[in-house]
Amino acid sequence: MSFPANAPLYGADPLFNDGIDLTVLLIVAAKVVIVFVLLLVSTMLMIWFERKLVSDMQNRIGPNRAGPWGILQSLADGIKVFFKEDLIPDKADRKVFILAPYLAAVPAFLSFAIVPIGPQIELFGKRTNMQLADPPIGILWLLAMSSIAVYGIMLAGWASGSKYPLIGSVRASAQMVSYEAALGLSVVAVVIASGSLLTSEIVASQSNGIGDWNLLATGVLPFVIFCIAATAELNRPPFDLVEAEQELVGGFHTEYSSIRFALFYLAEFMNTVTMSAVIVTLFLGGPTDPFGLTNDLPAQWAIGMAWFFAKIMLFLATYVWIRATLPRFRYDQLMDLGWKKLIPVSLGWVLVLAAVRISDDDDTATVFRNAGIMLAVVVLGGLVLARAITLGRRAHEKTHVLTPDERARAQAPAPTTEGADV
Amino acid sequence: MGYLRGFGVTFKTMFEKRTTSEFPEEVRPKPERFHGRHVLNRYEDGMEKCIGCELCAGVCPAKCIYVRGKDNDPDNPTSPGERFGFVYEINYLRCIHCDLCVEACPTEAITETKMFEFSFSNRSDAIYTRDELIVGDDGKPKQMPWELWAPGTDELTSGWMRATSPGGDPTYAGEPQWSGELGYGVRSAEPGQEHEVRDAAAAKAAALAAAATTSPGDDLPGDDSPGDDSPGTHGAGH
Repeated sequence: MSFPANAPLYGADPLFNDGIDLTVLLIVAAKVVIVFVLLLVSTMLMIWFERKLVSDMQNRIGPNRAGPWGILQSLADGIKVFFKEDLIPDKADRKVFILAPYLAAVPAFLSFAIVPIGPQIELFGKRTNMQLADPPIGILWLLAMSSIAVYGIMLAGWASGSKYPLIGSVRASAQMVSYEAALGLSVVAVVIASGSLLTSEIVASQSNGIGDWNLLATGVLPFVIFCIAATAELNRPPFDLVEAEQELVGGFHTEYSSIRFALFYLAEFMNTVTMSAVIVTLFLGGPTDPFGLTNDLPAQWAIGMAWFFAKIMLFLATYVWIRATLPRFRYDQLMDLGWKKLIPVSLGWVLVLAAVRISDDDDTATVFRNAGIMLAVVVLGGLVLARAITLGRRAHEKTHVLTPDERARAQAPAPTTEGADV
Repeated sequence: MGYLRGFGVTFKTMFEKRTTSEFPEEVRPKPERFHGRHVLNRYEDGMEKCIGCELCAGVCPAKCIYVRGKDNDPDNPTSPGERFGFVYEINYLRCIHCDLCVEACPTEAITETKMFEFSFSNRSDAIYTRDELIVGDDGKPKQMPWELWAPGTDELTSGWMRATSPGGDPTYAGEPQWSGELGYGVRSAEPGQEHEVRDAAAAKAAALAAAATTSPGDDLPGDDSPGDDSPGTHGAGH
């Protein structure tokens, strides 16, 4: 289960076991191209799928002109946007303005690299994982990349030299940073359950069907928290107040046009696909069969990919469904949910999970004792936190809300001094 | 569960009938009195109805009509009156299709078709001249290349004018208050009202006949009877 101490830094992929030669390099290059194309095509299809499904849910038809069922609509839009005028506002910080879309788009491409899309396969006499990279830092790669993407959004708003993008980007970075904590803590729960940071190991630990999935092994709660936090991290509805049209025009990309805008758009949808893939990897066993039956058939790689995409589709469709249904959160509600609910709950859950896990090999009585102690600590902490939140809210209300009487007094002109001072 | 009910609503909607139509291929039927692009009508003998009085230009709230009248050539008149519309221009970048010009026109020269699907690529296309607005020799509006004429939009170009004229009331059955049009002659009020016009006329005649036979001296109830069915019939076309 654990990562060998003397393993090379570039990863746990068996491809590198016999040193690096030309074949290995070519295989890696081919994998890069395949993942890149796969990601681009799936993003294109995701945009089409989202538009189609949302219009289904709104009594509309949606794009249906370009290609059969309008499936080439995103391609047409992409080509069009290339030939649009590229505007850079006068007050923009030119270098940063140009850099920002790439800071958003490149991490979106990179974060998919760690997602396993199939089992190990044999290529030109070399065994290799069906994933672009399997670095020792594993799932932390995702958190690192999504943190860099925040810079892209922050700098885009900052460099636009315009107020709405600035407000949008401040919101975006605040939101993404706060939800990253809950996201990270849910990942910790998965890592505790699977005993490894490597995505390939995480998938391998869930390969015996639904009963083995981290969804159950971590007790469902981290999965729910991860899904909510991921939605917020993606700035998707109902957490899309970064792009709240009624308040902020287009949000951080208001001043962007042409291909620079398209890069943001691309990154957004690519992150949606990636995040769904990560959820599947962490909690639903990735490309493994949910019934644990077919894990060593000849065409296992195709079956694995089929399961993987079926599971991803489930989440993508749910994202669209949520978008079509839920209204947008208010900013304070968003922050309350993140800081006062998700982070404490996921933190407490991780502590309890850790207590169970640390006494895994001991007898049941020890497990219950450790878990009980930790549960008591968590409950105590929760009570203290709840009390603190209540007190804070009460103090806030006391100092800030005027009664109608007080308001009238505050607005009335001072009666005595006025005449004397003139 | 209250939070989840919305998901049910959106899910159910997926299987409902779409309200969108495939626009250029499939044009929705328009109301009979739709306000679309104008036409300048002609009499049955081919003479133009416009007399160049500029009332339409005066009443236009968008100031989109420009008219200049000119005296008719006595030997070869364009219109039956003294003068005719020598210049007649409508700027469709300004027109709001309120039909006040149609109401103002004393000779029913200007009416509106049901065509509004026109997209110009330059300003001069948007300004329609007299030659473009006047109906052809078959009484149909002339069709420009940038216009989309769905079937039926070029018929009944004077529907609203006739419906709002006193003669459009079924109680005036058989007494149209409007002049004939090139290619159509004197039209009935509206296609949907034709039988009502006929029924009202028959009822009136029957009532008159009945009044004449039973009580020749008391013909007041007989006169009222056509008016009795008017509340129902009058609103039928709306």
